[in-house]
Amino acid sequence: MTQSPVPNSDIEQLFQQVYGRVLANLISHLRDFELAEDVLQEAFVTALQKWPESGVPNSPAAWLTTVARNKATDRLRRKTKWEDGGDAEIILEKRGVEMTPADEIPDERLKLIFTCCHPALNLDAQVSLTLNTLGGLTTAEVAKALLVPKTTMAQRLVRAKRKIKQAGIPYRVPATEELSGRLNGVLHVIYLIFNEGYSATSGENLIRADLCTEAIRLATVLTHLLDREPALNKDAEALGLLALMLLHDARQSSRTAADGTLVLLEEQNRNLWNQDKIAAGIAILDQAMALRDSGPYQIQAAISALHAEAKTAADTDWPQIAMLYTGLMQLEPENHIIQLNHAVAVAMAEGPLAGLALLEPLADSLQDYYLFHAAKADLNRRAGWHEAALLAYQAAVELTQNEVELSFLEGRIAEVRGSLN
Amino acid sequence: MKYICLIYSSEEGIEHATAEDIQAEIGEYMAYGQTIEQAGVATGLGEALLPSATATTVRMRDGKTLTTDGPFAETKEQLGGFYILDCEDIDQAIKYAALIPGAKYGCVEIRPLMEIPG
Repeated sequence: MTQSPVPNSDIEQLFQQVYGRVLANLISHLRDFELAEDVLQEAFVTALQKWPESGVPNSPAAWLTTVARNKATDRLRRKTKWEDGGDAEIILEKRGVEMTPADEIPDERLKLIFTCCHPALNLDAQVSLTLNTLGGLTTAEVAKALLVPKTTMAQRLVRAKRKIKQAGIPYRVPATEELSGRLNGVLHVIYLIFNEGYSATSGENLIRADLCTEAIRLATVLTHLLDREPALNKDAEALGLLALMLLHDARQSSRTAADGTLVLLEEQNRNLWNQDKIAAGIAILDQAMALRDSGPYQIQAAISALHAEAKTAADTDWPQIAMLYTGLMQLEPENHIIQLNHAVAVAMAEGPLAGLALLEPLADSLQDYYLFHAAKADLNRRAGWHEAALLAYQAAVELTQNEVELSFLEGRIAEVRGSLN
Repeated sequence: MKYICLIYSSEEGIEHATAEDIQAEIGEYMAYGQTIEQAGVATGLGEALLPSATATTVRMRDGKTLTTDGPFAETKEQLGGFYILDCEDIDQAIKYAALIPGAKYGCVEIRPLMEIPG
């Protein structure tokens, strides 16, 4: 044990780091989500009282697990005394729980991930619950991150936890035959968390980096856990998603200018790109592709890697990117946004007219999507058709609430108007 | 844990169904009955209902019985039958609900039964 005094903020940070792991272990032990959360919260209060004087124990996770388990046993003992004079240990035994010593706590987070991302919960609940339990974010923090009022978030979390208990949503890694489908659901939730952080749907702050960091952390934990399960194979798409997020995240600081305005990929200062994250992303993508089980996350990561590897915007390998989008379109033929991105890549490879021809058939299905109009405007501007560009920019303005995006579009409108006069 | 599987589907098809169609469907349900029996999730509780045109809805208000013709909600998809299954957890319930023949053209709502203590 260390004996130096520890400030509360350090303890809180430590607590958040080990939260998911300790909670997963407690749920596995107690088979009760709410009880596990309650006693972990109580153990944290005890830690706040004790650690500043005694110092932080060697294994904070094991310490918290032991204290929380004892509190749970006390609670169950009190409860059973009321009910039928039963014994807490017997109840736990009946639930098939082994009283393993807490100093060797197994990492049970994989089970918790699958519980939180169960398809019987709606997607909003899955995202919120994953942040709350695995990420260790408080209700207030999740609410703030997802731009939802705190009371709404509290209700959403309570409802989801109640459903887990009452509807019998299991706490285990799914059987092999359902694993790949369920894993896709988990990856989707992590990707949503990342996207929510990367491009906030409304508000002033385009990037909420904390959510991106959290999504990357979750995907890292997930790939490690999958790797460790002897019964499971390495999952190419899980690695692909991690690579994709790292490669996107590497460009984060160049996406907004000092005044908060949006900077498009081709105008970004490439010296600001985080080369460590790019190298890590590419290495993980190589691992994924070696498994020879291609999928949409890997293809998107490969596209992102091509952008990351280009020294200047003009060096970008657009023909290769257009080809990768063709691959994505084959996997998801109904996804019009992929078709939009393909059209833009073709425009960059072969000229704006080729791109505009591919945009035309998408006009109906994407008429409410602001990036369709922004892309159409940009290609018209590049083709020198300023009037058509102006109209499309104006349509895009009508469709976005993000202030950073709005100010970008207004800048372009002023520019195109200038060329018209 | 006990779950009720409520089978909802559009009743439009029934009018056009031939005797063979109906026979084939009954066959599918018989086979499903064996499947759940063998899996050990059957409770013996499950019924098919006559179409919603035969439904009567009753309310008791201020001591008076109010009776109306038809189902309580006029929706396109109507309750057509149910099973009560005894499953390990919702994953097992989902697995066997998905095998109900009606799930292929209608949908199955799974609800856990309330456990009444004592």
